[in-house]
Amino acid sequence: MIAVRKPGVLASVQDLGRHGHRQLGICPGGALDVLSLTLANRLVGNADGAAGLELTMGGCELQFETDTRIALTGDDFSASLDGVPLWPCWSVPVAAGQTLRLAGANAAGTKKAGLRSWLAVAGGIDVPVVLGSRSTDLKAGFGGLEGRALRKGDRLALGASRLDAARRARRAFGVRGPDWGVPEDDGAISLRVLPGPEFELFTLSARDQLWSERWRITPQSNRMGSRLSGPELKRKRAGDMLSSGVIPGTIQVPPSGQPIILMGDAQTTGGYPRIGVVIRADLWKLAQAPLNGKLRLVQVEPAQALDAWAAQQRYLAQVAQGLAAAGWADAA
Amino acid sequence: MPRLHLLGDAALLCELPAPATLAQQQRIWALAEHARQWPGVGETLPGMNNLTLTFDPTAIDLDTLTANVLEAWPGLAAGAVSGRLVEIPVAYGGEHGPDLADVAAHTGLTPAEVVRRHSGGEYIVYLLGFLPGFAFMGGLPPELATPRRAEPRTAVPARSVGIGGEQTGIYPLVSPGGWQLIGRTSLELFDPAAEPPTLLRPGDRVRFVAESVQA
Repeated sequence: MIAVRKPGVLASVQDLGRHGHRQLGICPGGALDVLSLTLANRLVGNADGAAGLELTMGGCELQFETDTRIALTGDDFSASLDGVPLWPCWSVPVAAGQTLRLAGANAAGTKKAGLRSWLAVAGGIDVPVVLGSRSTDLKAGFGGLEGRALRKGDRLALGASRLDAARRARRAFGVRGPDWGVPEDDGAISLRVLPGPEFELFTLSARDQLWSERWRITPQSNRMGSRLSGPELKRKRAGDMLSSGVIPGTIQVPPSGQPIILMGDAQTTGGYPRIGVVIRADLWKLAQAPLNGKLRLVQVEPAQALDAWAAQQRYLAQVAQGLAAAGWADAA
Repeated sequence: MPRLHLLGDAALLCELPAPATLAQQQRIWALAEHARQWPGVGETLPGMNNLTLTFDPTAIDLDTLTANVLEAWPGLAAGAVSGRLVEIPVAYGGEHGPDLADVAAHTGLTPAEVVRRHSGGEYIVYLLGFLPGFAFMGGLPPELATPRRAEPRTAVPARSVGIGGEQTGIYPLVSPGGWQLIGRTSLELFDPAAEPPTLLRPGDRVRFVAESVQA
């Protein structure tokens, strides 16, 4: 069991998402950064689809009531286990009674940037599977732990680990985290984008601004979408659109002209023009991009999106190979 | 022929030219049913006059998927998908439908006449979206069209039946909403533990049955 001493701003049980029900209006949800959750799961010997915790802006305290093994990915928020610093992307044995602490986003000595972290625990978080997933649907109130965010005093059960006790207790080790690429001079995070179905509905200058502007991520952002602030993206002419499918990464532009990049908990259909779609291989960066941080949107071709996806899968394959070589897990 | 456009690197939008008609929508549902059999295609999501297909680009390339759609399209018949008839009991007016009087005032009909006409027609579920189990339905008698409330409610009770513009619908869950609430059903529109989890599916026909009417 894990006891939640402090959940932080928003902590929820998430796995790789609830797929196959979009046509019934059920959003995929799941970890916003699938790459980080997958990595964390592999580090503790779990299947990729095991449920972990998605933590927001640190400020979190979890006490382990059993011996187990954990991995933290995403932002580390100066994480420590009983006061000993914990590296992100490390696989670490935990003894019953130990407490994992993540500092708050504004705590002294914490780096300012950062938004979300993912925690995997050997065996995964054991909550009922609903519609094929253990993810929490916060908006509709089902899945996860009682369909809600974690609260102080909650206790989370763990599933059966694929590792025996001796292996779970092995000394800590780590892997290299995923590659952020070369940061911009001004600290902006680059996201690669394919033009959307309604790209041509926007004025020439709006289309230029989409690529040239440094977009600020506003604090109104949440698991449904990242709301951006910048120049007003104008359409050539106003008019209603019929309801049409949207997926995570879709950049829709409501009448305010301020774009919203939809994320896992967004509704399945929308009625605003879609100026672009962030490629799948870059969604993990958006999930970690800090509030008030800057984004640069970079136009790419479909072939580049597929190359980027292949590169990300290659990284995960390298991790699997390394773990197998170290006798930690079977090669994927 | 549908216009095809990528929606990111793993989804394809198939969009029909305006106007949206029931016949076109029926071919959308037929295309969805067809596409679900294709290897590499994940989910099929009907919109209004359009269909989004998710796919795994490592299992099917875009050219093949595009060719599949364009090849299948001419052979899809409008009547191929026949939905079920679902009857939805409604308690109209009173505390269940606090805006019934406003709809009556706007339309120039009596509350009883609004109920008679709303429960007299047959509606078609074009698509689900917005919330789990929320159906976008066509078929509202034009004279019942009523603009949304100037001040949306922060919490519309679950299972409320409403009119918003030229549409009618049922809120599956407590949610913010601006539609005029004319009644409430006792049926669950969404139950994650049920199989299937939603009462309504694209293509279903719906009849509202007046269980009670309060002015």
